[in-house]
Amino acid sequence: MAYDKFNILTSTAVPLPLENVDTDQIIPARFLKATERKGFGDNLFRDWRYHGDNTPKENFVLNNPTYSGKILVGGKNFGSGSSREHAAWAVYDYGFRCVVSSFFADIFKNNCLNIGVLPVQVSPEFSEQIFDAIYKDANTEIEVNLPEQTITIKSTGAQESFHINSYKKDNMLNGFDDIDYLQNIKGDIETFANGLML
Amino acid sequence: MSKSLFDKVWDSHVVRKIEDGPDVFFIDRHFIHEVTSPVAFLGLKSRGLSVLYPERTFATADHNTPTINQHLPVEDPLSANQLKALEDNSNEYGISHWGLGHKKNGIVHVVGPENGITFPGATIVCGDSHTSTHGAFGAIAFGIGTSEVEMVLSTQCIMQPKPKKMRINVNGQLGKGVTPKDVALYIISKLTTSGATGYFVEYAGDVFENMTMEGRMTVCNLSIEMGARGGMIAPDDTTFEYLKDKPLSPKGDDWDKAVAHWKTLKTEEGATFDKELTFLASDIEPMITYGTNPGMGIGISNNIPNADAVEGGVATYKKSLDYMGYEENDSMLGKKIDYVFLGSCTNGRIEDFRAFASIVKGKQKADHVTAWLVPGSHEVEDKIKEEGILDIITEAGFVLRQPGCSACLAMNDDKVPAGKYAVSTSNRNFEGRQGPGSRTLLASPLVAAAAAVTGVVTDPRDLL
Repeated sequence: MAYDKFNILTSTAVPLPLENVDTDQIIPARFLKATERKGFGDNLFRDWRYHGDNTPKENFVLNNPTYSGKILVGGKNFGSGSSREHAAWAVYDYGFRCVVSSFFADIFKNNCLNIGVLPVQVSPEFSEQIFDAIYKDANTEIEVNLPEQTITIKSTGAQESFHINSYKKDNMLNGFDDIDYLQNIKGDIETFANGLML
Repeated sequence: MSKSLFDKVWDSHVVRKIEDGPDVFFIDRHFIHEVTSPVAFLGLKSRGLSVLYPERTFATADHNTPTINQHLPVEDPLSANQLKALEDNSNEYGISHWGLGHKKNGIVHVVGPENGITFPGATIVCGDSHTSTHGAFGAIAFGIGTSEVEMVLSTQCIMQPKPKKMRINVNGQLGKGVTPKDVALYIISKLTTSGATGYFVEYAGDVFENMTMEGRMTVCNLSIEMGARGGMIAPDDTTFEYLKDKPLSPKGDDWDKAVAHWKTLKTEEGATFDKELTFLASDIEPMITYGTNPGMGIGISNNIPNADAVEGGVATYKKSLDYMGYEENDSMLGKKIDYVFLGSCTNGRIEDFRAFASIVKGKQKADHVTAWLVPGSHEVEDKIKEEGILDIITEAGFVLRQPGCSACLAMNDDKVPAGKYAVSTSNRNFEGRQGPGSRTLLASPLVAAAAAVTGVVTDPRDLL
């Protein structure tokens, strides 16, 4: 599915400094029953965000009007657990275009890259600096510069570079996805398949 | 240069390498189920694409299926809609479909191996992270997202950077009452849930060599819980014996040729790994988890660790114990439990039911415990009946349900109520995993059986 191009994103950020945030928290299994990709943003962090009677839990960050923005800053090992792409869809559909963490779970990171959410892995120290800056001033802007592969805390000027392979970077910059690429090499794939024993 | 099992299988499936990018990776076998495939088919349709090799994809319904009265229409309209989408899409594109009611229906990671769809040296994916299960056969098997499901349907390939390699050795002999589940939970407790992220694991050593295929599947299944994309075990006579004469295994000369090739799939002497860890079987006892991720496990006779003794943030750790209603230094033994779940792609195979029966035989289910015993497939269900296990569990006060993922992720009605404790043979103890507010203690079928008859966390070795 095509997605919006990603270039430079400057936004305030939402802090969620918990470790091991798993995909069952990002989107609980009971909300995976759709046959279309819509409405997942409403159920992002459903059970942390709402009580059983659907009233908001006031102490959860998404219900706190102080914090908003297109960048979600999570703790270490963000997105562990299931392969459900619905978790990445929920993040995207809610309005986040970038997730920052000192460590991502593998499949979640991959899913994000495939749907146009940029996962930015930073050092634990830089992650702390971002949390500190946001807690000091919720209006702190973070700049995520994909062409330069840098992330900057605007209020302090602190900056770090992040890694993304050049293939995925090109995809994100242009809004391409892997199927576009794979369709173009179908001949190679068929030749390969013809040589297989099973 | 000496090659590892993983290198041999990976390198032989690379269609093309991209400079500073992923490999174009060919997929031999693709499993789909009702939850993560509908949007992939929608994507195909919107792009006007077809399925390139429908004979390489296999559909089974498992995630949201009911485990009672499967002959009746599915009551939940959303689940029914997903099941119908799977059936319609499979029919439209010529994909084999084992829907609800089909005699081969069951959990995708149980029916795949049972039918010989899984084979050594294969590359296998599914929109489910526990696809790692199939690594037990010496396959590279891992979970993918829905965008990738669409890629496999349309091109039989995905784009993957080659992971780093880790070897985990467990040597020696396991003690009485210590099962493959305990080995896996022990390793995860040592590595944490992110300790193997970025790696593909090979399990080696006496313990895995001596393990049955069911046991190997349990171990490989849980590879994802330490962050690894997957785990694998070199194929050997145990593997070939299991696969011989399975419905879709090669036959006759093709079988002999296949086995000759499969025998070459071993890690060569001198092959290197990015990380290697070695554990002793004698250090492992029956395990149980006390927290909200699979890395929070301890030997059943140990106490819950202090926050300052565990890796990671204190706030996250305390939030986890709060959720569970436990305190630091608590003993797990004697903790009251409310539910027992035997089943899932981790422990829903015949051996797991044999183990459960070995404990409950001649005893009675504790009155306050609700138990869900859910076979992984109809084949497992049939064996439970043939082997007399059904009689044993029925006499002990248990009811056997019908196959499906069930309370492992509680997408159907098998939900543990808020605040209740479940000893579960499944794979995840995340908050709310078994129903909103549910509290999960992951353990082996033996530990689950011991809890089911005593109503509290009990060392199964006392009952064997």
